[in-house]
Amino acid sequence: MARPGKVVQDFAAAVADIPDGAVIAFGGFAGPGTPYNLTRALLAQGAKRLTCIANTTGGAQQPRMPDIGMLVENGQVAKVVCSFTAATRPSDVLPFTRFYEAGAVEAELVPQGTLAERLRAAGAGIPAFYTPTAVGTELAEGRETRAINGRDYLLEYALPCDIAFLRAWRADAAGNLQFRLSQRNFGPLMAMAARLAIVEVEEPILPAGALDPDQIHTPGLFVQRLVAIPPAPEGLWTTRRQERAR
Amino acid sequence: MSGATSAGWDRQQMADRLAREFQDGWIVNLGVGLPTLCSNTDIGDRDILYHAENGVIGYGPVLPPGEEDLHLVNAGGQNVSLRPGAAIVHHADSFGIIRSGRIDVTVMGAYEVSAGGDFANWRLAGAKGGGIGGAMDLAACARRVFLLLEHTTRKGEPRLVARCRLPVTARGVVTLVATNYGLFAPTGEGFAVHELAPGIDLATARAATGAPLLPA
Repeated sequence: MARPGKVVQDFAAAVADIPDGAVIAFGGFAGPGTPYNLTRALLAQGAKRLTCIANTTGGAQQPRMPDIGMLVENGQVAKVVCSFTAATRPSDVLPFTRFYEAGAVEAELVPQGTLAERLRAAGAGIPAFYTPTAVGTELAEGRETRAINGRDYLLEYALPCDIAFLRAWRADAAGNLQFRLSQRNFGPLMAMAARLAIVEVEEPILPAGALDPDQIHTPGLFVQRLVAIPPAPEGLWTTRRQERAR
Repeated sequence: MSGATSAGWDRQQMADRLAREFQDGWIVNLGVGLPTLCSNTDIGDRDILYHAENGVIGYGPVLPPGEEDLHLVNAGGQNVSLRPGAAIVHHADSFGIIRSGRIDVTVMGAYEVSAGGDFANWRLAGAKGGGIGGAMDLAACARRVFLLLEHTTRKGEPRLVARCRLPVTARGVVTLVATNYGLFAPTGEGFAVHELAPGIDLATARAATGAPLLPA
């Protein structure tokens, strides 16, 4: 019996069944790989008490695109797990930070490499690991460390997700993905860490077999839903990031 | 830097001076902000491989508008070029490169650096949140940590201090610091003066530094 098809016609259908309380990982690093269309659909869908995992909550650049900060503003988020909960430059204020400082949302601040490895571990069936990162800092206070071969390491746990929102360059109908250049970032890790990976795809979705098996970044068994991004203005596309004034 | 003082180095000159310290064959990670300017520096015939935390290995200068590829950014989100031999990896492999000690030097911005080589660059005084990014992984695991920062805050308070007042990113790891005032190295007791920028004398630098300045 054939497996159900993975290609979904529109973003509203792709996110319609996301429940309140879901744990969702959002791909992307400073633009490339960011699932703007899925995020916009989730804003309209309205699921609440979400936990959002991503490198940042967004909102530092103009023009602003749909981001986790908007889900927070929309009252949909209980907690974020990110490597930034505030901007590093005093003159920048992330939209998220105002809500965090007011106590409207929880946050877990995680070093970026630890975030990536916690996702990788979740997708690889590894429950926890030790890392040298953050030893001796405030983040390690009260937590388990262990000396291995004379160096101290910090215990970190895997970070499994219910859902991953990703953006890829190419896909085939089997769900195999190719990312282009720095679009790859967290994508392969989040697909593996999640039980339901939903991917917005830039190029028209190809028939199964059209991609070379040796050139696939994420195999289709980790991908459950694909949506082809329509042309602008209906679909959201990356634009040139405006340089912040110095 | 926008003309706060005419003496000293401007932002690109600070980056250029630090980039002179990169040795042939090094793998160099550049952080957000000032450090990204190092990839614009002419490195002559040295073979330097620039790594960005988002999995870009072997990038070059920031591209002008119209020539950029929107799928390619450095750690600061700037659209950069690729050099021949470049490669792309995902985030876990990118930080595997970092944690396994392959990075010869990481260059980061900072709020403060201490005479003991501690530095702080993730949370400001009084803030509830912070921005760590890849800084803690890099600080803990790169073979060397260089910093690029303005010598003082906008209020004129020293950023080179005896002890960090802000929560640290890592302890005892910084070996070289370039500011608009010059090039300095933490020694434990203070900062060794390797070079002063044009127009900056030792008395001026001492007055703007929160720890002893020592002859190199």
